[in-house]
Amino acid sequence: MAAGPDRVTGIEHAFREEWGAVVATLARRLGDLQAAEDATAEAFAAASVAWARDGVPPNPGGWLTVTAWRKAVDTYRASGRSTAVDPTILNEVTEKPEETVMPEPLGDDRLGLVFACCHPALAVEARVALTLRFVAGLTTRDIAAAFVVPEATLAQRLVRAKRKIRETGIRFTVPSSPAHLAERLSSVRMVVYLVFNEGFAASAGAALVRDDLCDEAIWLGRLLRSLLPADPETAGLLALMLLHSSRRAARLAPDGRPVPLAEQDRALWNRTLIEEGSRILDDALELHSPGPYQLQAAIAALHASAGSYESTDWPQIALLYRALARLDPSPVVEVNRAVAVGMADGPLAGLAVLAPVLASGALSEYAPLHAAHGFLLDKAGDPERARGAWGRAAETSGNAAVRDELLRRHEID
Amino acid sequence: MKYALLIYTETSGEEYHRITTGLRQPGAAQGPWTDYTRAAREAGVLAGAEQLAHSETATTVRYTDGPPLITDGPYLETKEHLLGFYLVDVDDLDAALDWARQMPVHPGQTVEVRAVLSGMPWQRALTE
Repeated sequence: MAAGPDRVTGIEHAFREEWGAVVATLARRLGDLQAAEDATAEAFAAASVAWARDGVPPNPGGWLTVTAWRKAVDTYRASGRSTAVDPTILNEVTEKPEETVMPEPLGDDRLGLVFACCHPALAVEARVALTLRFVAGLTTRDIAAAFVVPEATLAQRLVRAKRKIRETGIRFTVPSSPAHLAERLSSVRMVVYLVFNEGFAASAGAALVRDDLCDEAIWLGRLLRSLLPADPETAGLLALMLLHSSRRAARLAPDGRPVPLAEQDRALWNRTLIEEGSRILDDALELHSPGPYQLQAAIAALHASAGSYESTDWPQIALLYRALARLDPSPVVEVNRAVAVGMADGPLAGLAVLAPVLASGALSEYAPLHAAHGFLLDKAGDPERARGAWGRAAETSGNAAVRDELLRRHEID
Repeated sequence: MKYALLIYTETSGEEYHRITTGLRQPGAAQGPWTDYTRAAREAGVLAGAEQLAHSETATTVRYTDGPPLITDGPYLETKEHLLGFYLVDVDDLDAALDWARQMPVHPGQTVEVRAVLSGMPWQRALTE
């Protein structure tokens, strides 16, 4: 994939990772993301002076963490307030650097930060904003631009969320009970996948694909997997994002028009991503604990390995959608299953799967429902009704590029 | 008989945070609430008192058919939020209302007085 000028460089990410690691360690000790962020900012400012003068220390991360910790301790002592997490903070000695008690770095500080940022007690938009800000290290301005909201709105969302974390005692730790861990982990995965989907099928704005968000989500997926190597669904999520991502270059025509899966030039699919995604998926499946992300990744892998749309293993895909519907019933899954059944067993069978979804009206504003309906009606030889369905698909699509393409293809004015 | 004196305010989350932060500063004035609390305690009527974080930071657990659903925000989105409460143990409602009237609340704030039920079976577990 071509790297555009806006793509995140490795150095930037390395810097952001260092920043995120310091914030994570301080947040765990302070229970306060704002205080951790402020102290880390001071430490980075101090580094720019000290390192220019004395050279970069042998352990830059350790230097930054100790410096940030001292700054935080100073702030707490000046205010005379303790923290809920660490009541002894006021007794810490900061005048003598050699006596500063190092915040013991824990391997899972980053993970604790992820769990706090994705706590289900926070609004979903707040979870997304916190995760991108503090785990991925994006600036408030970048996140606001990515989600097409005013920067002030996003900043306010972050301020409130940080306050809620501090005042309600959300801890920066990994939940210890298995039941809590499962619930909280599913929120973490949801947040990462939400970021990916916003990038992969941008619902706001004119562009179809927002590479920056896809890349951030994959980066988060890799981080999560490195922190939770034994969790099959976390691996499934990463595999799913990589496999979807492999098609990015083929999803847009040179003139920017979206290209449906059936017509994509499969030579443009990124083999490296397909191989990596498939390998991660295979490893996950060996753990014999299937879940929605692994199933979706398995479907994406079947698409990725097919030579053409027609020769895709549609019966297998239809079965996987059925398994997915059983695990996680939703009308959206039924829409996808209808297309797969339509390809496997003929358009009438597909329309039969779609009928209850259309009748329920639950997804009447969901463009892919109408697109699937149009597709199956076309295949069934009913162009008149198909055109009506395509018209509804265009009406309900929030994405300008998709809407224009639907109107053009189906010659709808 | 016990009464809960529930103190409501229309202060926004932002403003409330600013005020509570200021009050926590070392050297911040003790203020009228300290005097009120001391008076209630010395009169032997104080059974408890707490101040709450702003309702903006509330988390709500909703019970439906499936597993309980956790959502961000208060049960009711209202302008007024419950700021805190005193639990007073006095002879009758008039005495409870007297303690409510003495509260150093600001104009625009409201105190709701609610009697506490006693003799409920579950309450035995409190002291067993």
